[in-house]
Amino acid sequence: MTTLTLTRPRAPRAAFANMVLNEARLAWRQPAGMIAGTGIALLLLVIFGEIPVFRQPSASLGGYSPFDIYIPILMSFSIAMIAFTYLPGPLVSYRELGILRRLSTTPVPAYWVLAAQIVVQACLMAVTLALLITVSIVFFGISAPKNPAAMVLAIALTMAALFAIGLAIAALARTAGAARGLMAAALYPMMFFSGLYYPVQLMPAVIQDISHYTPLGAAVPAIGHSWVGQFPPAQPLLVLAGYALVFGYLAKRFFRWE
Amino acid sequence: MGAPHSAVGGRLDSHAPQARASLGGALQLDGAADTATRAVTPNSTADSALGLGRPGQAASGSAVEVSHLRKAYGPLVAVDDVSFSVTEGEIFGILGPNGAGKTTTVECAIGLRSPDSGTIRLMGIDPQAGKAQIHEITGVQLQSGAFPAKLRVGEILDMYQSFYCHPADVGELAGALGLGGKRESYYRSLSGGQQQRLSVVLALIGAPRIAVLDEMTTGLDPQARRDAWELIEHVRDRGTTVLLVTHFMEEAERLCDRVALIDSGRIVALDTPAGLAARAMGAKTVRFLPSAPFNESLLTGLPEVTAIEHDGHHIVVTGTGELATAVIVAMHAAGVETQDLRIDASTLEDAFVRLTGRHLHEAKEGAQS
Repeated sequence: MTTLTLTRPRAPRAAFANMVLNEARLAWRQPAGMIAGTGIALLLLVIFGEIPVFRQPSASLGGYSPFDIYIPILMSFSIAMIAFTYLPGPLVSYRELGILRRLSTTPVPAYWVLAAQIVVQACLMAVTLALLITVSIVFFGISAPKNPAAMVLAIALTMAALFAIGLAIAALARTAGAARGLMAAALYPMMFFSGLYYPVQLMPAVIQDISHYTPLGAAVPAIGHSWVGQFPPAQPLLVLAGYALVFGYLAKRFFRWE
Repeated sequence: MGAPHSAVGGRLDSHAPQARASLGGALQLDGAADTATRAVTPNSTADSALGLGRPGQAASGSAVEVSHLRKAYGPLVAVDDVSFSVTEGEIFGILGPNGAGKTTTVECAIGLRSPDSGTIRLMGIDPQAGKAQIHEITGVQLQSGAFPAKLRVGEILDMYQSFYCHPADVGELAGALGLGGKRESYYRSLSGGQQQRLSVVLALIGAPRIAVLDEMTTGLDPQARRDAWELIEHVRDRGTTVLLVTHFMEEAERLCDRVALIDSGRIVALDTPAGLAARAMGAKTVRFLPSAPFNESLLTGLPEVTAIEHDGHHIVVTGTGELATAVIVAMHAAGVETQDLRIDASTLEDAFVRLTGRHLHEAKEGAQS
């Protein structure tokens, strides 16, 4: 019954900085998440940008080109890849290795390591998104996001939803292998509904309806609307917030520290 | 209270009187000294009968106070009514076979698990109520802890050092355990022994008032084990109290001021290592075929003999000291020849099991009388 302590930790502030530093080193030394989340997203962006037909505005896509449509899809894809590669697997292995348990015998609360991971991943996501946006603008002549505040909100909610789902997976999976399995089972349908394989706008209406209630299916229009200058409609934002709350609660409820 | 230690006790019934006599004497001696200075409660079942070791009776200068600790996992009672007290600056050993409840005992003692009942005080603090304080003054090395493969030793050390307000000198600690040159090595490149030593260093990195080391030297080679022992003595000399969980008799003998022997969740003996080891390590068996029937009280009356068993027509005598000589002389005096004689010094492990079994039985007898 070891749990995170509710008393105010007296650990020095440098402790958290050191934990963040070590998590960053681990992410750097195990670059699978960066390759998948940052590398592949950038690569796809460049490939799509170089295909002439992808640059043609299409009436069936509401006057946007496939490339335009793919930018928010790749942004939400990179958030999901980074969150899913770096959060559940390592966290479960920390539990398996007894690291969380060892931490809970020190002045540092064990949940700090989780917070440190989230800090590192959020930074990695921010860098990746900045790269995707910059490359789109500089190399492919896309206009800059017109509602940055709304975009920050949409991105923050997307991150929160995916972190919550990742934490819930870490809470429910007993082994790192099981975490990876659950992660894959969640990730591929999510990517399908985000329109990564085929634009959602061109799918049957029922698929589109389902898509709007999936995390990435909500993230893509939220980010897309803010890019073209509108404040995103309430529905995708609420869907994202709902995922963050429900899965955040599940994670908190079921997370085991040993 | 005396119910759940029947299973093991039964099999040594025939040796009860001898065992009881020898153990009773030893415990009384140690117990008397202990209760005077340390408020030790070697066996609370016996205590309640004797009126010793009242719960919550904190002696001054006591670093660890455990009274009537009980912890069950579902139907399995891991720790049952364990009480002991460790003086500041003492190295206190908890010795017992696997599954005896040693780890659960220390995990409760440091607040990592909440006990079902009983009270625990570390430097006067209840670990469940004052976790933040407890974590600052204790250093814990748990069994089977590991670290991410791709962190370097120095990175792990620096991070753990930063957790404490008044950390120890990391270079000195790491050097003492032969990790001084390993700062740049990845954790995964360390040998099992080096990983274990790192774990010990991390337990001491916060310059703890109380260090809890669970199977500290398991997996270490003999030299590394001696280094670890020296380090622990050094740390104790600076005033740290050490709670050492081990199943190595030698380690307990070398390091500990006192040892609590735990079996099936209970303390079955609490003694100086010299007292425990003399009995356990001196245990021998003499096996022979008597030329004629004889009265077994000839042997059971000998101070060297603790038990007699029959193996077909052979007699197996267990005991300590100059056992073989004593048996042969006694048999000879009775006119019985000892044919097919074989003498075995028990291995440590044998002796240990024997010691544990005998003491368990003794506890049961004590509760009944």
